Amino acid sequence: MLKQENKTDVIVVGAGPAGIACAITLARNGKEVVLIERGLFAGSKNVFGGAIYTQPTKEIFPNFEQEAPVERRTVQHNFAILGEVDSTTISYRKNDNSSYSVIRGKFDRWAAEEARKAGVYLVEETVVRELIKEKNKIIGVKTELESFYSDIVIIADGVNSLLAKQIGLRKNIETKDVALSVKEVIKLDKDIINQRFNVKDTEGVITEIFGGSMLGILGLGFLYTNKDSVSIGLGITLNELVESKISPYEYLEKLKQHPSIAPLIEGGELKEYSAHLIPEGGYKKIPKLTANGVMVVGDAAMLVNNLHWEGTNLAMISGKLAAETAVEALDNNDFSKKMLSNYEKRLKESFIIKDMRTYKDLMDVMHSRKSAFLSYYFKKINSFFEMFTSVNSVPKKTNFRNFIKSIFTDRSIVELFKDCTAVIKLLWSILA
Amino acid sequence: MSTNIDNKLYTLKYSTDTESHLKITDKEKCRLCTSKNCTYICPAKVYEWNPDSQEIIINFENCLECGACRIACEKKVIDWQYPKGTKGVTFKQG
Ligand SMILES: Cc1cc2nc3c(=O)[nH]c(=O)nc-3n(C[C@H](O)[C@H](O)[C@H](O)COP(=O)(O)OP(=O)(O)OC[C@H]3O[C@@H](n4cnc5c(N)ncnc54)[C@H](O)[C@@H]3O)c2cc1C
Ligand code: SF4
Ligand code: SF4
Repeated sequence: MLKQENKTDVIVVGAGPAGIACAITLARNGKEVVLIERGLFAGSKNVFGGAIYTQPTKEIFPNFEQEAPVERRTVQHNFAILGEVDSTTISYRKNDNSSYSVIRGKFDRWAAEEARKAGVYLVEETVVRELIKEKNKIIGVKTELESFYSDIVIIADGVNSLLAKQIGLRKNIETKDVALSVKEVIKLDKDIINQRFNVKDTEGVITEIFGGSMLGILGLGFLYTNKDSVSIGLGITLNELVESKISPYEYLEKLKQHPSIAPLIEGGELKEYSAHLIPEGGYKKIPKLTANGVMVVGDAAMLVNNLHWEGTNLAMISGKLAAETAVEALDNNDFSKKMLSNYEKRLKESFIIKDMRTYKDLMDVMHSRKSAFLSYYFKKINSFFEMFTSVNSVPKKTNFRNFIKSIFTDRSIVELFKDCTAVIKLLWSILA
Repeated sequence: MSTNIDNKLYTLKYSTDTESHLKITDKEKCRLCTSKNCTYICPAKVYEWNPDSQEIIINFENCLECGACRIACEKKVIDWQYPKGTKGVTFKQG
């Protein structure tokens, strides 16, 4: 029972990684928190690749490796560059525990249950329709049935964040600032997975996929191993989909048929299809994060590092930092934007804003040089290895020369020069 | 192992509302819309153009609640809300 009917210290909207991390941190600090989730259960509306990362997850759930429903511990990362029919893969293998594949329908549900055990009031199957504002301060939320009031509201409602939009913290999202992702979970026998991916029962492999059906467009594919299924999917920037006039599931079907991918999922049975947006706007598209009585965390704040498939970690840590700020605010009975902007300060000091800033130019460069970086060079990498591995009684020197010549004949010097400048500029912005 | 979109959607659990959570605010705009991009970007094939009635048909019961159509709609005429708390899609895997 709440101390006061319909009034609490903090309301958190959305039980994804950001909202759950935020709510549990508040409860552990003795604050009264209501966590509102629109799905049947936490996780039931959520989709990701995916893997959660051990270090940040442990900051919220110190024993998750033993207690949470994890699928497989990652021992290998593959980076597969697909041409039309061929592929080049780099693999990095290390038997450590830096990440685990999970299924959100299970993991989020478990995490929300942990929050409940810590004292959070979890309210499921309830949509927050709007935030309630009084005298320029957010004072609560309106659901379909009733209104709840609180000193602070935390917006953790994910990428579409209708709530941040409602109160003007966020502008309209443009099609180039999100990727639409489709995914399939494909059931496969455990032993077959172990064999195909060269792992033992609890070990898993992450494969990042470039090119293939996404040659020349801004898209990235993924394949994760679960206990007795694999998750395969791709995310394509929405403006590319609009322009290409091809449906996202057609890109996925084509990817699944690629000669380097098809054998990995052969004989599998489709367990579940899903779709979700990914924030891709990066640093430049981070919305306003605070106002009187309110803070925005996780995907709602567009905190995703898409190149690394990182999102849950930024979500959890931003949730935690917002919670720490809320504790401070509650202790001082000050819910002003000024007080809550300590959350922004904490974010800036953490890896979150630093990483977002590191990649601030990445998407712009990719948008402007996509035909080069996402098609031409992917194909060239594959044709290099095709040349290098072919045994055809042509002298090697001729093969090498022809390959090098082809770089200059297939692409104009001006374009090559522009590519180089773009790479240097990008590296500069990342490293400087 | 290839599957068409109907078979993909068949794997999902839905609780369908009687009323659509997706509405088109100005049907005239759809007639003027040149891309009709809602008909191909949607991962659940919710939108279909009916040439006879010159209208978009909304198969809202298939919606995966991703939000893509809200952002992509050429004329910004989709009134996009989440379904009621007890309704819509449930992902068991995600
Ligand atoms: C295809 C794909 C692959 C990804 N792969 C990875 C990966 O491998 N590793 C990784 O770390 N990250 C990955 N990400 C990113 C990661 O999933 C997100 O960054 C992360 O889930 C963000 O967490 P969140 O809590 O902010 O938002 P969400 O997880 O989206 O949670 C928001 C919650 O709010 C609820 N909600 C929304 N509106 C309301 C409302 N009005 N009222 C009540 N409840 C509401 C939703 O139902 C949901 O439960 C991936 C994302 C996608 C789409
Ligand atoms: S994209 Fe928008 S305006 Fe165009 S047909 Fe679809 S709903 Fe109508
Ligand atoms: S929200 Fe997504 S699945 Fe639903 S209609 Fe729009 S694009 Fe289609």
